[in-house]
Amino acid sequence: MMASKATGSRVLFICGAVLLATLALPSPARADTPATPPAAGAIDSGDTAWVLVGTAMVMLMTPALAFFYGGLVRRKNVLSILMQCFMILCLISIQWMLFGYSLSFGPDHHGVIGDLAWAGLRGVGAAPNPEYAKTIPHQLFMAFQMMFAVITPALILGAFVERMKFSAFCIFSLLWATLVYDPVAHWVWGTGGFLHTMGTLDFAGGTVVHINAGLAALAAALVMGKRQGFPHAISPPHSLPLGVLGAGMLWFGWFGFNAASALGSNGLAVSALVATHAGAAAAGLAWSILDWIKFGKPTTLGMITGAVAGLVAITPASGYVTPMGAMAVGAGAGLICWCSVTWCKARLGYDDSLDAFGVHGVGGIWGAIATGIFATVAVNKDGANGLLAGNPAQLLIQLKATGVTMVYSFVVSIILFKVLDWVIGLRVSEHEERVGLDLTQHKEAAYTLVD
Amino acid sequence: MKYIIAIIQPDRLDEVLNRLTEKEIHLVTASNVLGRGRQKGIAEVYRSHKEAGSLLRKVKLEIGVNDEFVEAAVEAITAGARTGQIGDGKIFVLDMADCVRIRTGERGGKAIG
Repeated sequence: MMASKATGSRVLFICGAVLLATLALPSPARADTPATPPAAGAIDSGDTAWVLVGTAMVMLMTPALAFFYGGLVRRKNVLSILMQCFMILCLISIQWMLFGYSLSFGPDHHGVIGDLAWAGLRGVGAAPNPEYAKTIPHQLFMAFQMMFAVITPALILGAFVERMKFSAFCIFSLLWATLVYDPVAHWVWGTGGFLHTMGTLDFAGGTVVHINAGLAALAAALVMGKRQGFPHAISPPHSLPLGVLGAGMLWFGWFGFNAASALGSNGLAVSALVATHAGAAAAGLAWSILDWIKFGKPTTLGMITGAVAGLVAITPASGYVTPMGAMAVGAGAGLICWCSVTWCKARLGYDDSLDAFGVHGVGGIWGAIATGIFATVAVNKDGANGLLAGNPAQLLIQLKATGVTMVYSFVVSIILFKVLDWVIGLRVSEHEERVGLDLTQHKEAAYTLVD
Repeated sequence: MKYIIAIIQPDRLDEVLNRLTEKEIHLVTASNVLGRGRQKGIAEVYRSHKEAGSLLRKVKLEIGVNDEFVEAAVEAITAGARTGQIGDGKIFVLDMADCVRIRTGERGGKAIG
């Protein structure tokens, strides 16, 4: 009964897809590209269903990040975090559909950027694009990628919380998505992108998402300067339970982020999900043990930070490593990010307020390198072997891609921040900072004192 | 009539309330407050960075009593809140000019009950 129902809906779905594909093709933009046969009828309902769910899961990660970050700031600034995340969700979604997707994934120009042939999602319809995903509608691939484009600039805000003007934040996010995220996504994932052609392994966005956002976060912390009272007179996180809720929702969403990056409902997706879980668990444990040894008590904030660091690090590796490899990547992420947050930040003295660089930047760099160490074609035949499987060349490729992304993201971000600071100013006034961004930027307060 | 303000450790609240009830003192207002004295706070650790809070969590009790209950109230609070450690708190006893029971409009000592 169930089987026949499923078959029936699959037949209906395929018929629908064929019909839509016939209507949608050929589009003028793609008439001259030979490598795009219609491939209608190849849509797989299982693959499509899973990537649809995965898209929704990754969408939830931006509000999850809002709670993760929001719980860690002071009461007077929690709304500003939630608001920044929601603004990015709206703003970058529109940017992506208007031109961002086309810049990232559209027809290649010299390996550097896509062109505007797909602006306004022209020609991006129900028919699959075989270069990106053979068995799901092209529009679904676009929507899945949109959620990545949304969360990446949101990660940066951890570095400049509690002091950035909302207007400057909006302009920065839009410009950064266009000038940094879209090109880097093209280099690594776009057909013809130069890091893609070089053989870089980045399953779900370690380079594109985490290194990219992490280095922009470092640039933000350096240009923006410290919060008043940093480091000793800043109140502790106003709601760790909110932070834990956010971290838990991030972990859940990350299954979509990594496992749906298989773009199919198959063994690779399962392998990526298990690797994701193993990485997060190992890193959460590692961070907790280090806290326990160094400070005598394991902290809640430490454990959730460790888990997020593990999720960051396993992202590029998730489709290429075994569960045991994933545990090693996770444990390494716990150790390395713990050191970066505990030692480096304190020594260097910059105010990366919520450790966007310390966790996403450093964790992302480790993850990209670790992919070159632990990758094996036994897990993914479309991948490559890493150092431990006897292919040191892959490690070099990973290092090169990491270096290129770090330099590009950091330099362009610094320029963007400096120019914006000069034109409209990045920081709120000292008075506004003391009163809090909730009241001064949004005329709202998160918590009332009377019933 | 006296107005008694007591600052105590939060974890001693139940014991102090029990002792006050034993002495038939029922009128109590309690609030969460922050304060400091000579003792140092418990250092909290956030992502490996120790933060010694400059103000500590305390509970403030406010009690209006007739003169003959003052000693009983002070004894009850002291017995319930004392641990012998720094940070046990303080009791302040103030003169009170009047007391009004809002429901009936009664004034003075009989309004306290």
